Amino acid sequence: MSAHWSEGIYQLFKQQSIRQVSLVPDAGHSRLIKLCEADAALRMVRLTTEEEGIALAVGAWLGGDKSVLLMQSSGVGNCINMLSMLQVCQIPLAMLVTMRGDWGEFNPWQVPMGRAAKTVLEEMDVLVTSAQHEDEVVPAAEGALRIAYNTYRPAAVLIGQRVLGAKTFTD
Amino acid sequence: MASNSGQRLDRREVAKVLLHDRGDLLVVAGLGAPAWDATHVGDHPLNFPLWGGMGGATAIGLGLAIAQPMRPVLVLTGDGEMLMGMGSLATVGIDQPANLSIVVLDNEHYGETGMQESHTARGVDLAAAALASGLKSGVMVTQMEQVIALRKAMHAMQGTVFAQIKVAADKLPLALPPRDGPYLKNRFREALLGSQAYFQK
Repeated sequence: MSAHWSEGIYQLFKQQSIRQVSLVPDAGHSRLIKLCEADAALRMVRLTTEEEGIALAVGAWLGGDKSVLLMQSSGVGNCINMLSMLQVCQIPLAMLVTMRGDWGEFNPWQVPMGRAAKTVLEEMDVLVTSAQHEDEVVPAAEGALRIAYNTYRPAAVLIGQRVLGAKTFTD
Repeated sequence: MASNSGQRLDRREVAKVLLHDRGDLLVVAGLGAPAWDATHVGDHPLNFPLWGGMGGATAIGLGLAIAQPMRPVLVLTGDGEMLMGMGSLATVGIDQPANLSIVVLDNEHYGETGMQESHTARGVDLAAAALASGLKSGVMVTQMEQVIALRKAMHAMQGTVFAQIKVAADKLPLALPPRDGPYLKNRFREALLGSQAYFQK
Protein backbone atom coordinates (compact mmCIF):
# COMPACT_ATOMS: atom_id res chain seq x y z
CA MET A 1 0.00 0.00 0.00
CA SER A 2 1.22 3.49 -0.79
CA ALA A 3 2.05 6.01 1.93
CA HIS A 4 -0.83 7.60 3.82
CA TRP A 5 -2.18 10.79 2.22
CA SER A 6 -1.10 12.75 5.30
CA GLU A 7 2.53 12.15 4.30
CA GLY A 8 1.86 13.53 0.84
CA ILE A 9 0.19 16.64 2.22
CA TYR A 10 3.01 17.20 4.68
CA GLN A 11 5.47 17.02 1.75
CA LEU A 12 3.36 19.58 -0.11
CA PHE A 13 3.56 21.93 2.86
CA LYS A 14 7.34 21.69 2.69
CA GLN A 15 7.49 22.18 -1.09
CA GLN A 16 5.18 25.18 -0.85
CA SER A 17 7.16 26.75 2.03
CA ILE A 18 4.17 26.79 4.37
CA ARG A 19 5.19 28.35 7.69
CA GLN A 20 2.06 28.59 9.83
CA VAL A 21 -0.36 25.69 10.31
CA SER A 22 -3.48 26.58 12.26
CA LEU A 23 -6.06 24.11 13.40
CA VAL A 24 -8.98 23.02 15.44
CA PRO A 25 -8.29 19.30 15.80
CA ASP A 26 -10.22 16.63 13.95
CA ALA A 27 -9.68 12.88 14.06
CA GLY A 28 -9.30 12.86 10.29
CA HIS A 29 -6.33 15.23 10.53
CA SER A 30 -4.63 13.56 13.50
CA ARG A 31 -1.86 11.96 11.45
CA LEU A 32 -1.10 15.15 9.55
CA ILE A 33 -1.11 17.12 12.80
CA LYS A 34 1.49 14.75 14.29
CA LEU A 35 3.71 15.11 11.23
CA CYS A 36 3.50 18.90 11.41
CA GLU A 37 4.10 18.97 15.15
CA ALA A 38 7.31 17.01 14.68
CA ASP A 39 8.65 19.70 12.30
CA ALA A 40 10.18 22.67 14.11
CA ALA A 41 10.08 24.74 10.91
CA LEU A 42 6.27 24.70 10.96
CA ARG A 43 4.62 26.97 13.49
CA MET A 44 1.49 25.28 14.83
CA VAL A 45 -1.26 27.61 16.03
CA ARG A 46 -4.01 25.94 18.04
CA LEU A 47 -7.26 27.84 17.65
CA THR A 48 -10.33 28.00 19.84
CA THR A 49 -12.56 28.43 16.78
CA GLU A 50 -11.86 28.09 13.08
CA GLU A 51 -12.53 31.73 12.20
CA GLU A 52 -9.39 32.66 14.11
CA GLY A 53 -7.49 30.65 11.49
CA ILE A 54 -8.87 32.85 8.72
CA ALA A 55 -7.79 35.99 10.59
CA LEU A 56 -4.42 34.43 11.39
CA ALA A 57 -3.89 33.79 7.67
CA VAL A 58 -4.45 37.50 6.98
CA GLY A 59 -1.78 38.49 9.48
CA ALA A 60 0.56 35.75 8.32
CA TRP A 61 0.31 36.90 4.70
CA LEU A 62 0.78 40.55 5.64
CA GLY A 63 3.99 39.45 7.30
CA GLY A 64 5.14 37.28 4.39
CA ASP A 65 4.18 33.84 5.76
CA LYS A 66 2.06 31.27 3.97
CA SER A 67 -0.39 29.48 6.20
CA VAL A 68 -2.83 26.59 5.95
CA LEU A 69 -5.92 25.90 8.05
CA LEU A 70 -6.95 22.40 9.11
CA MET A 71 -10.50 21.86 10.32
CA GLN A 72 -13.60 19.74 10.31
CA SER A 73 -16.60 20.59 8.13
CA SER A 74 -18.60 21.85 11.13
CA GLY A 75 -15.96 24.57 11.47
CA VAL A 76 -16.73 25.94 8.02
CA GLY A 77 -19.85 27.56 9.41
CA ASN A 78 -17.79 29.36 12.03
CA CYS A 79 -15.68 30.99 9.33
CA ILE A 80 -18.29 32.66 7.14
CA ASN A 81 -17.96 36.34 8.02
CA MET A 82 -14.20 36.16 8.47
CA LEU A 83 -13.86 34.76 4.93
CA SER A 84 -14.93 38.16 3.59
CA MET A 85 -11.47 39.48 4.47
CA LEU A 86 -9.79 36.97 2.17
CA GLN A 87 -12.14 37.86 -0.64
CA VAL A 88 -11.98 41.62 -0.23
CA CYS A 89 -8.20 41.81 0.28
CA GLN A 90 -7.27 38.98 -2.13
CA ILE A 91 -5.40 37.00 0.49
CA PRO A 92 -4.34 33.41 -0.18
CA LEU A 93 -5.20 30.52 2.12
CA ALA A 94 -5.45 26.77 1.62
CA MET A 95 -7.98 25.05 3.87
CA LEU A 96 -8.07 21.30 4.37
CA VAL A 97 -11.47 20.27 5.61
CA THR A 98 -12.21 16.78 6.87
CA MET A 99 -15.87 15.98 6.36
CA ARG A 100 -18.53 14.99 8.80
CA GLY A 101 -22.14 14.52 7.88
CA ASP A 102 -21.56 12.73 4.61
CA TRP A 103 -20.83 9.07 3.78
CA GLY A 104 -21.87 6.74 6.61
CA GLU A 105 -22.46 9.46 9.22
CA PHE A 106 -23.76 8.24 12.58
CA ASN A 107 -24.52 11.58 14.25
CA PRO A 108 -27.55 13.44 12.86
CA TRP A 109 -26.32 16.72 14.36
CA GLN A 110 -23.32 16.68 12.00
CA VAL A 111 -25.37 16.41 8.82
CA PRO A 112 -26.67 19.98 8.27
CA MET A 113 -23.26 21.69 8.32
CA GLY A 114 -21.64 18.81 6.47
CA ARG A 115 -24.17 19.17 3.67
CA ALA A 116 -23.84 22.96 3.61
CA ALA A 117 -20.05 23.18 3.82
CA LYS A 118 -19.33 23.23 0.07
CA THR A 119 -22.12 25.70 -0.73
CA VAL A 120 -21.15 28.03 2.10
CA LEU A 121 -17.52 28.09 1.03
CA GLU A 122 -18.40 28.69 -2.61
CA GLU A 123 -20.80 31.47 -1.70
CA MET A 124 -17.87 33.14 0.09
CA ASP A 125 -15.75 32.85 -3.06
CA VAL A 126 -13.59 29.94 -1.90
CA LEU A 127 -12.55 27.48 -4.62
CA VAL A 128 -13.64 24.02 -3.49
CA THR A 129 -12.43 20.57 -4.53
CA SER A 130 -13.72 17.35 -3.02
CA ALA A 131 -11.71 14.16 -2.55
CA GLN A 132 -13.80 11.02 -2.21
CA HIS A 133 -11.00 8.50 -2.67
CA GLU A 134 -7.66 8.23 -0.93
CA ASP A 135 -5.78 8.65 -4.23
CA GLU A 136 -7.50 11.98 -4.84
CA VAL A 137 -6.49 13.70 -1.61
CA VAL A 138 -2.91 14.68 -2.35
CA PRO A 139 -3.54 15.86 -5.94
CA ALA A 140 -6.53 17.88 -4.71
CA ALA A 141 -4.43 19.44 -1.96
CA GLU A 142 -1.63 20.21 -4.41
CA GLY A 143 -4.07 21.95 -6.72
CA ALA A 144 -5.59 23.93 -3.85
CA LEU A 145 -2.23 25.06 -2.48
CA ARG A 146 -1.01 26.10 -5.89
CA ILE A 147 -4.08 28.00 -6.96
CA ALA A 148 -4.40 29.67 -3.55
CA TYR A 149 -0.87 31.04 -3.44
CA ASN A 150 -0.46 31.59 -7.18
CA THR A 151 -3.70 33.51 -7.59
CA TYR A 152 -4.14 35.13 -4.14
CA ARG A 153 -7.41 33.59 -3.10
CA PRO A 154 -8.77 31.00 -0.69
CA ALA A 155 -9.11 27.39 -1.78
CA ALA A 156 -10.45 24.42 0.15
CA VAL A 157 -10.25 20.66 -0.16
CA LEU A 158 -13.10 18.68 1.37
CA ILE A 159 -11.84 15.24 2.37
CA GLY A 160 -14.83 12.90 2.43
CA GLN A 161 -15.71 10.37 5.10
CA ARG A 162 -15.27 7.61 2.53
CA VAL A 163 -11.57 8.44 2.71
CA LEU A 164 -11.43 8.98 6.45
CA GLY A 165 -13.86 6.29 7.60
CA ALA A 166 -17.05 7.35 9.33
CA LYS A 167 -16.87 7.77 13.08
CA THR A 168 -18.68 4.78 14.60
CA PHE A 169 -19.18 5.76 18.25
CA THR A 170 -18.17 2.29 19.40
CA ASP A 171 -15.34 1.66 21.86
CA MET B 1 -13.73 49.88 39.91
CA ALA B 2 -12.19 51.71 36.98
CA SER B 3 -15.39 51.70 34.94
CA ASN B 4 -16.99 53.97 37.55
CA SER B 5 -14.27 56.63 37.46
CA GLY B 6 -15.35 60.04 36.26
CA GLN B 7 -12.35 61.21 34.23
CA ARG B 8 -11.69 59.10 31.16
CA LEU B 9 -8.74 59.30 28.80
CA ASP B 10 -9.21 60.77 25.35
CA ARG B 11 -8.83 57.93 22.82
CA ARG B 12 -7.19 60.14 20.21
CA GLU B 13 -4.60 61.30 22.75
CA VAL B 14 -3.98 57.69 23.74
CA ALA B 15 -3.50 56.70 20.09
CA LYS B 16 -1.12 59.61 19.56
CA VAL B 17 1.03 58.57 22.53
CA LEU B 18 1.03 54.89 21.55
CA LEU B 19 1.97 55.59 17.94
CA HIS B 20 4.47 58.35 18.69
CA ASP B 21 7.92 57.76 17.17
CA ARG B 22 6.67 54.39 16.00
CA GLY B 23 9.89 53.07 14.50
CA ASP B 24 9.42 49.51 13.23
CA LEU B 25 5.92 49.16 14.63
CA LEU B 26 3.33 47.19 12.63
CA VAL B 27 -0.26 48.10 13.46
CA VAL B 28 -3.51 46.19 13.05
CA ALA B 29 -6.42 48.49 13.89
CA GLY B 30 -9.79 46.98 14.75
CA LEU B 31 -12.83 48.10 12.81
CA GLY B 32 -14.59 51.30 13.77
CA ALA B 33 -13.17 53.89 16.13
CA PRO B 34 -9.73 52.26 16.70
CA ALA B 35 -9.14 52.35 12.93
CA TRP B 36 -10.18 56.01 12.87
CA ASP B 37 -7.93 56.73 15.88
CA ALA B 38 -4.89 55.19 14.21
CA THR B 39 -5.66 57.09 11.03
CA HIS B 40 -6.13 60.33 12.95
CA VAL B 41 -2.53 60.03 14.11
CA GLY B 42 -1.58 59.63 10.47
CA ASP B 43 -2.31 57.19 7.68
CA HIS B 44 0.67 54.86 7.36
CA PRO B 45 1.53 51.97 5.02
CA LEU B 46 2.31 49.79 8.03
CA ASN B 47 -1.19 50.27 9.43
CA PHE B 48 -3.69 47.59 8.51
CA PRO B 49 -7.03 49.19 9.38
CA LEU B 50 -9.94 46.78 9.35
CA TRP B 51 -13.32 47.53 7.83
CA GLY B 52 -14.75 44.13 8.73
CA GLY B 53 -13.69 40.81 10.17
CA MET B 54 -15.00 41.77 13.60
CA GLY B 55 -13.43 39.60 16.28
CA GLY B 56 -10.39 38.86 14.14
CA ALA B 57 -7.97 41.68 15.01
CA THR B 58 -6.09 39.74 17.69
CA ALA B 59 -5.66 36.67 15.50
CA ILE B 60 -4.43 38.85 12.63
CA GLY B 61 -1.89 40.35 15.03
CA LEU B 62 -0.82 36.87 16.11
CA GLY B 63 -0.23 35.70 12.53
CA LEU B 64 1.72 38.87 11.81
CA ALA B 65 3.77 38.64 15.02
CA ILE B 66 4.73 35.05 14.24
CA ALA B 67 5.71 35.99 10.68
CA GLN B 68 7.75 39.03 11.81
CA PRO B 69 9.36 38.15 15.15
CA MET B 70 11.83 41.05 15.00
CA ARG B 71 9.17 43.74 14.62
CA PRO B 72 6.83 44.99 17.33
CA VAL B 73 3.20 44.34 16.43
CA LEU B 74 0.33 46.33 17.93
CA VAL B 75 -3.30 45.28 17.77
CA LEU B 76 -5.24 48.44 18.56
CA THR B 77 -8.88 47.53 18.94
CA GLY B 78 -12.12 48.27 20.74
CA ASP B 79 -14.05 46.58 23.51
CA GLY B 80 -16.80 45.27 21.21
CA GLU B 81 -14.28 43.84 18.76
CA MET B 82 -12.30 42.19 21.55
CA LEU B 83 -15.44 40.76 23.14
CA MET B 84 -16.28 39.08 19.83
CA GLY B 85 -12.85 37.46 19.69
CA MET B 86 -12.24 36.50 23.30
CA GLY B 87 -11.33 32.98 22.29
CA SER B 88 -8.35 34.44 20.49
CA LEU B 89 -6.96 35.51 23.88
CA ALA B 90 -6.67 31.82 24.72
CA THR B 91 -5.03 31.21 21.34
CA VAL B 92 -2.51 33.96 22.08
CA GLY B 93 -2.20 32.70 25.67
CA ILE B 94 -0.63 29.41 24.61
CA ASP B 95 1.68 31.08 22.10
CA GLN B 96 2.63 34.52 23.46
CA PRO B 97 4.98 35.93 20.87
CA ALA B 98 7.29 38.38 22.64
CA ASN B 99 6.64 41.07 20.01
CA LEU B 100 2.82 41.20 20.22
CA SER B 101 0.84 43.88 22.07
CA ILE B 102 -2.94 43.95 22.28
CA VAL B 103 -4.40 47.26 23.37
CA VAL B 104 -8.14 47.64 23.80
CA LEU B 105 -9.52 51.17 23.72
CA ASP B 106 -12.47 50.51 25.98
CA ASN B 107 -15.21 53.13 25.78
CA GLU B 108 -17.74 50.56 27.06
CA HIS B 109 -19.95 51.16 24.04
CA TYR B 110 -20.61 50.03 20.48
CA GLY B 111 -19.73 53.36 18.89
CA GLU B 112 -20.56 52.63 15.25
CA THR B 113 -24.06 51.34 15.89
CA GLY B 114 -25.55 54.03 18.10
CA MET B 115 -23.49 53.94 21.28
CA GLN B 116 -25.18 50.99 22.91
CA GLU B 117 -23.49 49.77 26.09
CA SER B 118 -21.08 46.89 25.73
CA HIS B 119 -20.40 44.17 28.28
CA THR B 120 -17.46 46.11 29.72
CA ALA B 121 -19.91 48.79 30.88
CA ARG B 122 -21.47 46.10 33.03
CA GLY B 123 -18.32 44.85 34.64
CA VAL B 124 -16.70 42.47 32.15
CA ASP B 125 -12.96 42.81 32.75
CA LEU B 126 -10.96 42.12 29.60
CA ALA B 127 -7.59 42.56 31.33
CA ALA B 128 -8.58 39.87 33.81
CA ALA B 129 -9.75 37.69 30.92
CA ALA B 130 -6.33 38.10 29.30
CA LEU B 131 -4.59 37.04 32.51
CA ALA B 132 -6.98 34.12 32.93
CA SER B 133 -6.15 33.12 29.34
CA GLY B 134 -2.53 32.69 30.32
CA LEU B 135 -1.10 36.01 29.16
CA LYS B 136 1.54 37.23 31.56
CA SER B 137 0.40 40.80 31.07
CA GLY B 138 -3.09 42.17 31.54
CA VAL B 139 -3.38 45.70 32.82
CA MET B 140 -6.28 48.07 33.28
CA VAL B 141 -5.13 51.55 32.25
CA THR B 142 -6.76 54.74 33.42
CA GLN B 143 -3.84 57.21 33.48
CA MET B 144 -1.74 58.70 30.68
CA GLU B 145 1.50 57.78 32.51
CA GLN B 146 0.47 54.14 32.14
CA VAL B 147 -0.03 54.68 28.40
CA ILE B 148 3.51 56.03 28.13
CA ALA B 149 4.81 52.94 29.96
CA LEU B 150 2.72 50.77 27.67
CA ARG B 151 4.30 52.28 24.57
CA LYS B 152 7.71 51.47 26.02
CA ALA B 153 6.73 47.88 26.81
CA MET B 154 5.37 47.47 23.30
CA HIS B 155 8.70 48.41 21.75
CA ALA B 156 10.72 46.39 24.28
CA MET B 157 9.30 43.11 22.87
CA GLN B 158 9.83 41.31 26.16
CA GLY B 159 6.58 39.36 26.05
CA THR B 160 2.99 39.66 24.91
CA VAL B 161 1.40 42.79 26.33
CA PHE B 162 -2.32 43.18 26.97
CA ALA B 163 -3.89 46.43 28.14
CA GLN B 164 -7.47 47.58 28.49
CA ILE B 165 -7.51 51.37 28.41
CA LYS B 166 -10.61 53.08 29.73
CA VAL B 167 -11.44 55.92 27.34
CA ALA B 168 -14.28 58.42 27.11
CA ALA B 169 -17.29 57.43 25.02
CA ASP B 170 -17.07 60.51 22.83
CA LYS B 171 -18.37 60.61 19.30
CA LEU B 172 -15.37 62.08 17.47
CA PRO B 173 -14.99 63.30 13.89
CA LEU B 174 -14.29 60.41 11.52
CA ALA B 175 -10.74 59.93 10.26
CA LEU B 176 -11.22 57.31 7.60
CA PRO B 177 -8.35 55.23 6.22
CA PRO B 178 -8.40 53.87 2.67
CA ARG B 179 -10.86 51.00 2.38
CA ASP B 180 -9.61 49.26 -0.75
CA GLY B 181 -8.51 45.85 0.54
CA PRO B 182 -5.86 44.98 -2.07
CA TYR B 183 -4.35 48.46 -1.70
CA LEU B 184 -4.12 48.18 2.09
CA LYS B 185 -2.63 44.71 1.82
CA ASN B 186 -0.17 45.53 -0.96
CA ARG B 187 1.15 48.74 0.51
CA PHE B 188 1.63 47.01 3.87
CA ARG B 189 3.48 44.05 2.35
CA GLU B 190 5.57 46.26 0.09
CA ALA B 191 6.56 48.56 2.97
CA LEU B 192 7.50 45.51 5.03
CA LEU B 193 8.93 43.08 2.47
CA GLY B 194 9.99 45.38 -0.38
CA SER B 195 9.31 44.51 -4.01
CA GLN B 196 9.77 40.85 -3.05
CA ALA B 197 6.18 41.14 -1.77
CA TYR B 198 5.00 40.72 -5.35
CA PHE B 199 7.24 37.79 -6.19
CA GLN B 200 6.71 35.57 -3.17
CA LYS B 201 6.76 31.91 -4.17
